[in-house]
Amino acid sequence: MSRELINLIVQATGESLFMVSIAALIATAFGLPIGVFLATSRKGELFAAPAVNSVLGIIVNATRSTPFIILVVAIIPFTRLIAGTSIGSGAAIVPLTIAAMPFIARLVEAAIREVDAGLIETASSFGASPLQIVLKVLIPEALPGLVLALTLAVVSLLGYSAMVGAVGGGGLGDLGIRYGYQRFMPEMMLAVVVVLIALVQTVQTAGDYLARRVNRRLRHR
Amino acid sequence: MNVHQSLTAAEPVETLSPLAQPPTTADAMVRFERVSKAYPAYRDKPSVQALKDIDFAIPRGSITGVIGRSGAGKSSLVRLINGLEKPSTGRVVVDGRDISGLSGRDLRLAQRSIGMIFQHFNLLSSRTAADNVALPLEIAGWSRRDIALRVAELLDLVGIADKYDRYPSELSGGQKQRIGIARALATRPNVLLSDEATSALDPQTTRSILDLLANINRELGVTIVLITHEMSVVRQLAKEVVVIDGGHIVERGHVADIFTHPAHPVTQAFLSEVIGDSVPVSLASRLQPQPVAGGHAVIRIQVRGADAGDTIVGRLARELSIDVALLSARIDEIGGQHVGSLSLGIPGGEAAADKAASYLSQNNLPVERLGYVA
Repeated sequence: MSRELINLIVQATGESLFMVSIAALIATAFGLPIGVFLATSRKGELFAAPAVNSVLGIIVNATRSTPFIILVVAIIPFTRLIAGTSIGSGAAIVPLTIAAMPFIARLVEAAIREVDAGLIETASSFGASPLQIVLKVLIPEALPGLVLALTLAVVSLLGYSAMVGAVGGGGLGDLGIRYGYQRFMPEMMLAVVVVLIALVQTVQTAGDYLARRVNRRLRHR
Repeated sequence: MNVHQSLTAAEPVETLSPLAQPPTTADAMVRFERVSKAYPAYRDKPSVQALKDIDFAIPRGSITGVIGRSGAGKSSLVRLINGLEKPSTGRVVVDGRDISGLSGRDLRLAQRSIGMIFQHFNLLSSRTAADNVALPLEIAGWSRRDIALRVAELLDLVGIADKYDRYPSELSGGQKQRIGIARALATRPNVLLSDEATSALDPQTTRSILDLLANINRELGVTIVLITHEMSVVRQLAKEVVVIDGGHIVERGHVADIFTHPAHPVTQAFLSEVIGDSVPVSLASRLQPQPVAGGHAVIRIQVRGADAGDTIVGRLARELSIDVALLSARIDEIGGQHVGSLSLGIPGGEAAADKAASYLSQNNLPVERLGYVA
């Protein structure tokens, strides 16, 4: 493979990582609180607001059931509003974030719900406020699950980031389609796939390691 | 004759009226004033009346046992004391303050003077022993330095200072409950609520935890409320006992009084759990309804009181000039009183058995004719 093509791969990998990491950060910033709220706002729970919970749940489900490629096209006006353009890696961050946010929220909800309800009662019994319960009990206790949830979200985002390539988002997907598919360069297609696999493996391995490190339920020190 | 027919129902079991002498309410740490608690129907669950017309006081500095079967309302009762639940009617006064009337920040402040320990310990798996104990102090806004000092003091008090930086997953059940106790005492509460705190522990560990609680009561003067379904826990630790069933208080008073003269069937059932009121299987299988030539008539006497039972077999034998066979015996001590039962074999036919029964009745020991053995 020529030096030029290798440069293309390196550049595309950088673009993909840029899109994914920024989208993951923003999506987590919103998805984490939404997920915590979803996990604590049913009837009789810490921030009981069953109506808000239901509405939020419907919105989250609606977003998640829209196929990503449709979502990207459907929100182009919104993407233009935020990013000023709908083309390029920067603009791609908008649909990536919108898609990852409800996904992360649901994963966070599941992780938080895994925390023993007895611990909430315990903290309440010594006078903890709902916010203290979230910050000092729920999130620390759910941390291994949260790390795995975010790992899964980043892996999914890598997949999505390849899809935005199809609509001019740049990155590895763009490279694979333009060079590998449209220019009939199977070696380029192979290279893109190999890089994506390596990225997913790295992210998953790092996530698993981190989740084990923060899991004190296991006997290791 | 019916095997279980009681010969002497005439024996006047001294019926205490435990509700007649409530502890002086003036010195009550916790006072329930006509409290009832109902849970409304939700989804497919019907509404539940968990507690009805609860009215009693827990004396300051006491160790009070609340005993009842599963679903009797024990958990609701204890959660009313620390404001985790609100009564449907009536009020709960803790240390002179109506906790059932507090909410938000006022309630949270009041809860800091009420500690609670749990059956499954409820420790945070993500925190070390020391950090678990520190949690209520962090919540109460203590400075890091004060927390460190207090935590060291508490771990020392409960005897696990060497487990300071261990995680709960590395500790035994007894050690975890010690952390739970240290955590509950962190903010220097006046009341310690124990919700089945020893139910998940083995008998030996249970004993050591109960000893620790007794020490804490003695040295810190903390009022302890023990919720349990185990009679042995009440017997070992409590001075006062409240028996609840179906959401009602069915009996209450001093442990020794209640358990030497249980009036309510639920209390009697709990008692027999400790003293083994049932006839031993080996004996029961040999019992026959008809007299056996050359055999024994089997009678059972219930032993209740300070001195009962210890000389009765000898006296009976002397009085009637017969050999009394001791077939089974189980006598326990509750609050300094003997409680238990003896199964005796009386040789010499029906006449001797009748004489023995009337002698025992005269000595204020209720007699039950069980049958005959060869």
